[in-house]
Amino acid sequence: MKILSLNFLTCAVKACKSSSASYPLHPKDAELVQDDIELNPQLLVNLMPRIDWSALSTTATELGFPALPAQPPTPEELEADEQKLKDLHNLLMQTQIMEGKLVCGNCGHEYAVREGIANFLLPSHLV
Amino acid sequence: MSRITTAASAASAAGISQPQEQPALNKAALAAAPESYEQTHVHNVYESIASHFSSTRYKPWPVIASFLSALPPGSVGLDVGCGNGKYLAVNPNVFILGSDRSANLVRIARDHSGERRCEVAVADGLSLPYREGSVDFAICVAVIHHMSTRDRRREAVGTLLGSVVEGGRGKVLVYVWALEQGNSRRGWDARSDQDQLVPWVMKAKQGGVDGPGNAETTYQRYYHLYRKGELEEDVLAVGGRVVESGYDRDNWWVVASRA
Repeated sequence: MKILSLNFLTCAVKACKSSSASYPLHPKDAELVQDDIELNPQLLVNLMPRIDWSALSTTATELGFPALPAQPPTPEELEADEQKLKDLHNLLMQTQIMEGKLVCGNCGHEYAVREGIANFLLPSHLV
Repeated sequence: MSRITTAASAASAAGISQPQEQPALNKAALAAAPESYEQTHVHNVYESIASHFSSTRYKPWPVIASFLSALPPGSVGLDVGCGNGKYLAVNPNVFILGSDRSANLVRIARDHSGERRCEVAVADGLSLPYREGSVDFAICVAVIHHMSTRDRRREAVGTLLGSVVEGGRGKVLVYVWALEQGNSRRGWDARSDQDQLVPWVMKAKQGGVDGPGNAETTYQRYYHLYRKGELEEDVLAVGGRVVESGYDRDNWWVVASRA
């Protein structure tokens, strides 16, 4: 699963949705791979308004990436600076969590990630 | 069910192929425990038939393909019940998070357009793992008709609506099987029972070690067939707004937004 996905994922437990501690989920024992994916500048620039930058910064730090700038890049900055675009593409699109766990900071439930696929099915007592 | 299974295995042990009796839908069992009923008659079936099912589902339906193609570049959305992932790569300029209840189908979807190209997770449509109000769109094709009570079907629509952005910009596209399908081979019409078991027949591999060459396994999938107007009623019941709706090749569909 891509790092971009983590920006939209939260705990599947309904009672956790209202808690700010449930987002973002925290990667644990994550094994990462870098895939080679063609850069789509228009897609990347346009989806920036949907990104929660503060959550992305948390995720990037937890996975051992260099700290992100405090503010998200503007469309103009991304269009003017190809390296910025490539760095973002690398983080959001090319980096995948292959194995590990995603942990909810509210209830502590751990979701397994295997072969790049997270499993969010809940045990019956959490549904 | 057990009586039929026994008869079928006796027949197949004797090398005889005989038409199987279609089992009746047990409404009491469904009403008593909808979740375990769906586990047996939906989730377990798709897990077993995943690769055969996938091989028969490769062509995107035009209404859904044009909904996806019309999205602005950079849109982010969900495909809840993505099956084999046939809609995940229709528009390469949008980002779609696919999910399905069947781990076997999700694995197929992940590699739909190249190794690990599609974003997928295993999740239940009534307990989705996405932050609320965060995406531009959601599609849910041939999924909600597998939920066995109206409360659960409405909850599913409400969950989809809750996942898209507020203010009418977030769009949800839902497709369900219609009761009124006079021209299909199933032959249902407005007078038919809306709750049905629909067989999926899978032929075992030819030339098994000791089995007969043409052994078949029949799986029974539960469907709730929607009558005209029912899907729109469910959208309104959970506080949604109907943007557009229609009938397309034996299915009812709706595009809805948050009111």
